Amino acid sequence: MILGKIQVPATVKAGEAFEVRVLVQHPMETGFRRDLDGHAIPMHIVDKLSCTFAGREVFRAELGSGMSANPYIAFFATASRSGEIVVEWSDDQGDKGSARATVNVA
Amino acid sequence: MARDAAMRRRSFFARLGALLGAAAIPARAQIRFQPPQDITPFIMEITKGITPEKSGVEVELPVLVENGNTVPLRVRVASPMTEADHVKAIHVFAERNPRPRVASFFLGPQCGKAEVSARVRLAGTQTVTVLAELSGNRFRVGPRDVLVTSGACLDDASL
Repeated sequence: MILGKIQVPATVKAGEAFEVRVLVQHPMETGFRRDLDGHAIPMHIVDKLSCTFAGREVFRAELGSGMSANPYIAFFATASRSGEIVVEWSDDQGDKGSARATVNVA
Repeated sequence: MARDAAMRRRSFFARLGALLGAAAIPARAQIRFQPPQDITPFIMEITKGITPEKSGVEVELPVLVENGNTVPLRVRVASPMTEADHVKAIHVFAERNPRPRVASFFLGPQCGKAEVSARVRLAGTQTVTVLAELSGNRFRVGPRDVLVTSGACLDDASL
């Protein structure tokens, strides 16, 4: 289970783009670092992230080791009706996580 | 006595100059350590041989980065984001990173705005290239130079 957060505006206007901000808690080990004994620390990164709104894909990302630790990603989405926005992510070891928020169309 | 002091000061400056000259070498060595790679093959793999336009991509990065481990990046592509004309993907490349492909973001008309922001790692002073893939098999690039004083992943395990 990889923890993370999602943030959307409290209310949005129908059809107008609003920013979705996602923060995932992950070390994002590049595989280029060594530990105190000089052994290489294996690569361990969140490599996939996707966002759906009311069951339809809005945004998807493929991440590399060039993303910072605790990856932050922000993007835009539109909504015509209120619904639930879900962001899911997984790392290269098969660990998964998700966060959800309700979008209120005013 | 006064002349002695002047002479000592002169030799001090001479030594200081030599020291500063020597300090400039590690910067060169750093370039040799992680040389910029040619990212054209990465771009060609996506564009399939189409030469991308050099306009319409706005890359927001700090001019001077003190810590290459977390660099705020914001990409804006001028697009109406309609079904007929929208941005399909935004790819970020850093030529001096050990793995130049930083991330790929896939968008669609449902995004409403072709804008993405993230925090990236940069291994040193380099050019960050953003490739936008538009509907109708069109491509745009936005290169952006960035100065990094302390790069990420300097303790390279593969060395």
